[in-house]
Amino acid sequence: MANRISDETIEYVGILAKLELSGEEKENARSDMEKMLDYIDTLNELDTTGVEPMSHVFPLNNVFREDVVVNGDGSKDALYNAPYVKDQGFKVPKTIG
Amino acid sequence: MDICRMTALELGKKIRQREVSVTEAVKAFLARMEAAEPKIHSFVTVDREGALKRAREVQKGIDEGRFTGPLAGVPAAVKDNMCTKGLLTTCSSKILGNFTPTFTAEAVQNLEKAGAVIIGKTNMDEFAMGSTTETSYFGVTRNPWNLEHVPGGSSGGSCAAVAAEECPFALGSDTGGSIRQPSSFCGVVGLKPTYGTVSRYGLIAYGSSLDQIGPVARNVSDCAAVLETIASYDKKDSTSIRREDYAFTGALACDVKGMRIGIPTDYFGEGLDGEVREHIRSAVKMLEEKGALVEEFDLSLVQYAIPAYYVIASAEASSNLSRFDGVKYGYRTESFEGLHNMYKKTRSEGFGAEVKRRIMLGSFVLSSGYYDAYYLKALRTKALIKEAFDRAFERYDVIAAPAAPTTAPKLGKSLSDPLKMYLGDIYTVSVNLAGLPGITVPVGKDKKGLPIGMQLIGNCFEEKKIIRAAYAYEQTRAYESPEICRDLRHGLAGEEKAGKGGDEYGKAV
Repeated sequence: MANRISDETIEYVGILAKLELSGEEKENARSDMEKMLDYIDTLNELDTTGVEPMSHVFPLNNVFREDVVVNGDGSKDALYNAPYVKDQGFKVPKTIG
Repeated sequence: MDICRMTALELGKKIRQREVSVTEAVKAFLARMEAAEPKIHSFVTVDREGALKRAREVQKGIDEGRFTGPLAGVPAAVKDNMCTKGLLTTCSSKILGNFTPTFTAEAVQNLEKAGAVIIGKTNMDEFAMGSTTETSYFGVTRNPWNLEHVPGGSSGGSCAAVAAEECPFALGSDTGGSIRQPSSFCGVVGLKPTYGTVSRYGLIAYGSSLDQIGPVARNVSDCAAVLETIASYDKKDSTSIRREDYAFTGALACDVKGMRIGIPTDYFGEGLDGEVREHIRSAVKMLEEKGALVEEFDLSLVQYAIPAYYVIASAEASSNLSRFDGVKYGYRTESFEGLHNMYKKTRSEGFGAEVKRRIMLGSFVLSSGYYDAYYLKALRTKALIKEAFDRAFERYDVIAAPAAPTTAPKLGKSLSDPLKMYLGDIYTVSVNLAGLPGITVPVGKDKKGLPIGMQLIGNCFEEKKIIRAAYAYEQTRAYESPEICRDLRHGLAGEEKAGKGGDEYGKAV
């Protein structure tokens, strides 16, 4: 079974992935993805009826702790690597017109 | 006395006995790096100043009795996806090319608490996505055994550095084989612990449910000692596991009498290089001669591990890497129109082709309409693979297998066909899916002179069994270093004399 990825799907995945792909990159992405999906489709040979999806190999439980402050003011550290900073905040392009 | 040839434990002992000072040790490796780096390029960053400063502090700590452990004063390299406070951490990506963390990864901190000296950050495939270290934004790393070949990946820099004696040991990370496969290609020992054993706090995430940090060294004893040092329960990592026994060096005994070793026949079929097969078979025979009970069996489901792995790892990567958007850290594009365009341009310019490929695939398999068919299907397959291993470990203590189907390929031969490259992960990825520990030990070389590694896989929390088997095998074979080490040693002889006591050699490269 050969997978065919439509232009719309590549556009849509690009939006989800927040990637702006050039025409050539889109074509490559499409052909790579089609090949990978053909390969991934071999999983359909396996009968997984009734098998629970396993997200982690060990049972993970919520880890609770008392809500006690253990760290100090981390704002300096948090902003240390920011490309643009203004008034002790991350500076981003205008988001509301 | 050649400091660079010593194992970590040998050097640590000399340092404790005051036969070698920490500064001498650090300088010896900095000098070695200066000679080796133009040829091999194991490192993204060499922290010359920091290491020399730290060497003096650690020496003081040893003299005052604050550092008494086996790794006190021993230089170490760290893969460039582990955060190191004040030291550039790039993940070998343009998007983190200017990222200097304000905190240190827990595993690295555990090393520092033990008195180890971090001398640099090693090259890797971008965001650990790759099997050759060729996807690094900062250029390829070369295999010390043959500079025309890749070191493997993604921890290629760590493994090449250890093989070229640029450091006695290094930390790597393993999501689908990224410690075990390059260790095999570079002829060193690499161990991936049971999931949850080493804290992932400060490890830049690729596939969070699969990632584990582990040691790379030139023998099994060093690996066990390093694992003992870096493993810890850490409440900052919600998947961290509190283990009862962290005394991994206790397993260093040449005793495999009665140990049940399973050979999965489905790991020895089509696609496996004949020379690799022969070497693994004869290595297993050595263990049998030492009293191990060897039996072949069908593991099953082997062909489903890679597709399941690439769905799960890409899905997690697409989510984990969404944080790189030009706002909080790293690269931001120069010109843009509005916020969303800034995100898109930043990410498109900042990520390399392989990273984009996996983010696209991951976004697709998680998108509505495909989530059940791909993502949940892969998670169900993972459950079945785990069950297959559970059944195997009812009968065997250890599973012996190749680490990779071939020895190291030539540079430039792998990236053009991603699917083919992914198939090279066939013997390693299922171990990550099942959360198991695995170790690679060198067992020989092929006719081209490239190393072959044997992978020993244990049940969850049974590192000690694979360490014991690996150690027992290791006693039958002397460690072999690549020829380039001899050249590097000779090249250094004059410089060491001239530079004695001085500071002029070993500058950052």
